[in-house]
Amino acid sequence: MTKIEGKAWVFGDNVDTDQIIPAERLVSVNLGRLNDFIFEKVRPGVAQQIEKGDVLVAGKNFGCGSSREHAPLSLIQAGFSCVVAESFARIFYRNSMNIGLLLIECKADVKEGDVLSVDTSDGRIVDRSAGKEFKFQGHPPFIARLIESGGLVNLVKEGKF
Amino acid sequence: MGKTIAEKILSEKSGTDAKAGQIVVADIDYVMVNDVTGPIAFREYGKLGAGSMFKDRMVLIPDHYVPNKDVASAEQAKEMRVFAKEHGIANYYEVGKGGVCHQMMIEEGFAAPGRLIVGADSHTCTYGGINAFSTGIGSTEAAVAFATGRLWFKVPETIKVELTGKFRKNVGGKDLIIKIITDIGVDGANYKVLEFHGEGVSGMTVADRLAVSNMAIEAGGKAGIFPCDRLTEAYVKDTVKGKYAPVSADSDAVYCSVLRYDLSKIESMVAFPHLPSNGHAVKDTNVKIDQAYLGSCTNGRIEDMRIAAGIVKGRKVCPDVRFLVVPASQRVYRQMLDEGLMQVFLDAGAFISGPTCGACLGGYMGILASGEKAVSSTNRNFIGRMGDKDSEVYLAGPEVVAASAIAGRIVVPDELEG
Repeated sequence: MTKIEGKAWVFGDNVDTDQIIPAERLVSVNLGRLNDFIFEKVRPGVAQQIEKGDVLVAGKNFGCGSSREHAPLSLIQAGFSCVVAESFARIFYRNSMNIGLLLIECKADVKEGDVLSVDTSDGRIVDRSAGKEFKFQGHPPFIARLIESGGLVNLVKEGKF
Repeated sequence: MGKTIAEKILSEKSGTDAKAGQIVVADIDYVMVNDVTGPIAFREYGKLGAGSMFKDRMVLIPDHYVPNKDVASAEQAKEMRVFAKEHGIANYYEVGKGGVCHQMMIEEGFAAPGRLIVGADSHTCTYGGINAFSTGIGSTEAAVAFATGRLWFKVPETIKVELTGKFRKNVGGKDLIIKIITDIGVDGANYKVLEFHGEGVSGMTVADRLAVSNMAIEAGGKAGIFPCDRLTEAYVKDTVKGKYAPVSADSDAVYCSVLRYDLSKIESMVAFPHLPSNGHAVKDTNVKIDQAYLGSCTNGRIEDMRIAAGIVKGRKVCPDVRFLVVPASQRVYRQMLDEGLMQVFLDAGAFISGPTCGACLGGYMGILASGEKAVSSTNRNFIGRMGDKDSEVYLAGPEVVAASAIAGRIVVPDELEG
């Protein structure tokens, strides 16, 4: 179970993987620094302002589009502790769970810069800046196991797959 | 209680009584990676420290940045080549013998009715057009599939799509799928399968079905699956590897919703920036273009080339337009030569390249400058998808792309003079 505290970065609906990281950045030499390029076409400069532990908050269908694992990987590298969205696109969801990026399905009406604390043990997001609270459902058992192991590679190595 | 096609295939491959909502671990028939997703999969495979590798089920197809775009992409393509050689993977398709991965998976007979195929590319859902359950995955799971030959799946709910009637002239699969996505939204089928039914299916070419299945993901779909019929059998018979077993849905299968379309009422469609769900009837639009792009895993097949050549023949590309024609494979390229289509496009003033994903994903070979607009037979029109963040992509079928290349604005073929 995880407790997180971080600043909110707020995005809208249908944030696609090309927005998260453009295709032209998807080459092996960039694999260690994908975070440099996140959101460069839609919110230039944002990549450099994210601090470790920050929380990405979005609307519906976050991560739609490509199967590029570079998308969740770039968000991990940028320092995001988790992504909170009203819903996630399927492949992005799988990729994130498989590589250890925590996703939380929740409609959280927060403002950019608000300080959020997220507690997965009781399924609560508290917006400390606005004094608001949002509830979310826990993950199904298989996914919870995946998250606890830190991703699919670990799960396989532990002989649990 | 009966089963959908997805439930049947996942039951068979997992050895369980799979029902929508469950999570199963299933044996996969093939796992495909490309030059963008492969290198991460190779690294993750290394981390697994697995003693096993299901080599016969692995297919490695460089297509996104080959022929090499620059030094970085050359290094990346080399990683894949070296991995294939070191591990003795036979199913590797070098430049000159390959093409766009999804076209290759079909042409080379990996995709076939009833099979469970995963690919580290979101448009892996294309093979639903020939009755496979195929879906896009990430690189890490591809690595796990290399090592174990299996993968976890959440058994999806299915939306039944009932098709009646026949397409009118110059209307096809691309128009249908843009219409469907416009109706249900870019997440309208998220985590779900679109399963196609009805007498309308038998009047659709297999190429049309593949274009529809290809874009199931643009509605969030896990797969878009057609039944197997005589046209499907004829399409795969010369190239399919091994045996296959078509799967049909039970008559009492349970669906989460039903959509109905009369194909004779579908109009020529164009999806405006920046989502595939921004569909409009072409006749209601007036958009001047700088580029027309015919190609990709959606509409880069020989059938698309024939349609476009039929419209372009005897006409000239508008002086203000670059018309790029990109066959989806070497085989399509050769067929175009054999059938005299190259001549038609060249005479019209089109640029023809060898197969590559190229500009479809904003890679290279046709990138858009700021403010430029392209009509494209590809599948995504996200912000900056084909180039600068201030460029625009309008998605359409091969008929509209070809006609627009001539007219200089987005039109249906009927609007062309002469």
